[in-house]
Amino acid sequence: MYETLSQIAQTWGLVLFVIAFGLVLIYALSPRNQKKFDEARNIPLNEGDE
Amino acid sequence: MTAISSDRGPTQGGSEIPFIGAFLGVGSLLALIVAARTTDSLMSAHAMMFLAAFIAGAFALVHHLSSGKTLDQSVYETGVVKAGVFASVFWGIAGFLVGVIIAGQLAFPNLLYFPDLPWTNFGRLRPLHTSAVIFAFGGNVLIATSFYVVQRTCRARLFGGIAPWFVFWGYNLFIVIAATGYLMGITQSKEYAEPEWYADLWLTIVWVVYLLVFLGTLLKRKEPHIYVANWFYLAFIVTIAMLHIVNNLSMPVSLLSTKSYSLFPGVQDALTQWWYGHNAVGFFLTAGFLAIMYYFIPKRAERPVYSYRLSIIHFWALIFIYIWAGPHHLHYTALPEWAQTLGMTFSIMLWMPSWGGMINGLMTLSGAWDKLRTDPVLRMLVVSVAFYGMSTFEGPLMSIRAVNSLSHYTDWTIGHVHSGALGWVGYVSFGALYCLVPWLWKRKQLYSNAMVEWHFWISTLGILLYITAMWVSGIMQGLMWRAYNSLGFLEFSFVETVEAMHPFYIIRMSGGLLFLIGSLIMAYNLWRTAKGDVRAREFAASPALAPAE
Amino acid sequence: MLNRHEFLEKRGLVLTVAILVVVAIGGAVEIAPLFYLESTIEKVEGVRPYSPLELAGRNVYVREGCYVCHSQMVRPLRDEVERYGHYSLAAESMYDHPFQWGSKRTGPDLARVGGKYSDAWHVQHMINPRSLVPESVMPPYKFLANAKIDPENAAGWLKANRAVGVPYTDEMIEKAAEDLATQVDPFAADFDGFMARYPKAQVRDFDGDPSEITEMDALIAYMQVLGTMVDFTIYEPEDNYR
Repeated sequence: MYETLSQIAQTWGLVLFVIAFGLVLIYALSPRNQKKFDEARNIPLNEGDE
Repeated sequence: MTAISSDRGPTQGGSEIPFIGAFLGVGSLLALIVAARTTDSLMSAHAMMFLAAFIAGAFALVHHLSSGKTLDQSVYETGVVKAGVFASVFWGIAGFLVGVIIAGQLAFPNLLYFPDLPWTNFGRLRPLHTSAVIFAFGGNVLIATSFYVVQRTCRARLFGGIAPWFVFWGYNLFIVIAATGYLMGITQSKEYAEPEWYADLWLTIVWVVYLLVFLGTLLKRKEPHIYVANWFYLAFIVTIAMLHIVNNLSMPVSLLSTKSYSLFPGVQDALTQWWYGHNAVGFFLTAGFLAIMYYFIPKRAERPVYSYRLSIIHFWALIFIYIWAGPHHLHYTALPEWAQTLGMTFSIMLWMPSWGGMINGLMTLSGAWDKLRTDPVLRMLVVSVAFYGMSTFEGPLMSIRAVNSLSHYTDWTIGHVHSGALGWVGYVSFGALYCLVPWLWKRKQLYSNAMVEWHFWISTLGILLYITAMWVSGIMQGLMWRAYNSLGFLEFSFVETVEAMHPFYIIRMSGGLLFLIGSLIMAYNLWRTAKGDVRAREFAASPALAPAE
Repeated sequence: MLNRHEFLEKRGLVLTVAILVVVAIGGAVEIAPLFYLESTIEKVEGVRPYSPLELAGRNVYVREGCYVCHSQMVRPLRDEVERYGHYSLAAESMYDHPFQWGSKRTGPDLARVGGKYSDAWHVQHMINPRSLVPESVMPPYKFLANAKIDPENAAGWLKANRAVGVPYTDEMIEKAAEDLATQVDPFAADFDGFMARYPKAQVRDFDGDPSEITEMDALIAYMQVLGTMVDFTIYEPEDNYR
């Protein structure tokens, strides 16, 4: 059991994480999200305030 | 006040009051039963403290109800943030002071130990210091800033009516229970997770309410996006909940006893502990304070964050990788080697997102670098990011097995921790506090910018003295431990290395003292700012500080 | 894909779950295998649960926060093995709840301190460390000599430890109070029974004051057993490859 689990941790666990992280990269770098990010990054500056 | 959400979520609040009332009632009853029945004098002391706190809470609740005030959903909740600012400054000074005292004990053991006062011993005061600075100071800064930031960036009042006040007082009750416990000798002796089982249970309850308040505010927001600072706060709250619960699983000797035994034995306990310990650094002292960076630096510099894309990559990369890095605390121990290697690999990978975040914070200043000369608060924030970069470079370096074999168990670790704690966490917190006080108390400016300059330079000198002393003493100690003489014998006895440390312990104490003095200057400055004073000399001095175009 | 991620970003709950999944899997994959490791470390001969007095001493060790300055983990490095003794085995802390490996050596490692110094040395060192080691920065622990231990509490400690997996038998729990007293009195009635329950336990008055059982007795009993359970003259490292 220990052998199996540590094998999984060292192979598939890692692969899965690399793939998931790739998806994050695609999302973050996609040009289609540019406008949305521009809006979001200005949130703290557009508070209007009291 | 413009555009604050009141169209979603509970409009008037108040639905939480019966819950809190019932909770205080049941809590008082339980505390009373325990106080009456226990034979453990320490448990009885803590039960009485809980009882007093619950009764005080009940009085406050009755007072709130009888005042007939309804919470105005069209304005932000600022009272609890103000309380958090106050608590942060108080606990910060207390924690730094205890740090100076224990540094003094190692430098002057003959003067600062008292054989008949067990509670003054290093072993009891050191957890008091670490908990006071990390959980009391850092925790209150995080709670206060997160409550402030989430409201502003969501344009919504805090969710849960008076529940945020429960979080604030509940959390500080936990701090008091933990701190008095250490002094009386109530501890699990798991590093940074010292509070015993009942304090842990109490913190779990408080933390769940904290999560609900934060999430509830996110859910009723008027802004379409969740600003990235809130991602970091959310990751901090969620992950700390998970780590806290798992690492503190234990079996009390009885429900009337303060003593418990960890659920996990030896190796498993070690890995669970350092999975917790390292991620307390990663999610409490890093993710939480990065949220502060992502809000307060853009706000103070009046420029949006350099790259929002980078902030998203920074966020996911950080939480993906951090959680694996814990085993680097256990190099060359009885932990299986594959787990050590995994921890080392991820620790080195961690360098990249950390520096991505640092670049993002620093580059937010691009085009506004001149402000660093005129605004000492912004300078403090920016220097904190530089310290973040430095200690996140040093960390992966120390996680390499070969380096770790030298650095582990020595003062190098202490130096590393303090470059992160004093430089990064300390400065980013001070910067946020200097921003928050004028904003919250609606003052045009700080009482004195010159005093911020003094704070900055005195404590920077303190940090440099501290970390260089620890680098030298740590590396020296590591080298002395492994030194052989020409005959092939170990060259130094252990106590010779202790003796060699002495001058560096004095330098370290002086550095800590300077840092403490800086924080006292800050406390005075913030106090006068809140009162609405402006130092007379400031007006005259300001033209000289104008940027040379 | 893109819309899906927007979904993730716009909904706080979904974001919460995503964060939890990432951090929970990361931790679980790394930690879970270790809980199946027990079968491979149980074989080391000689490691036994702590006697009631040793456990009382361990409670004091934990209470006083000794771990902030003393490690209990000798690494397999030449200088450490020569300075402290054989490197620490996983099995040697298998009954430690919590583990006390530590992270800092302001003072020396204690994993193999058992038997290195006499009881009298320990007593004097605890009362005033600098009377024996002038350069020491250790706090004094004089108060331990005056702190009496109530043997009746021992059964509770053993029961809680059994609940987390330490193999204390019913007999051990039943006789916990008596065993605690027996370990400081070589002429006690049930000496043989005690030795059968806790093989190779050291029985004597540890603190030099036979009139009462103190925390000083307990702490020294604990320190004298540290690192002595495994007999390294017959230990085969190949059997315990990690």
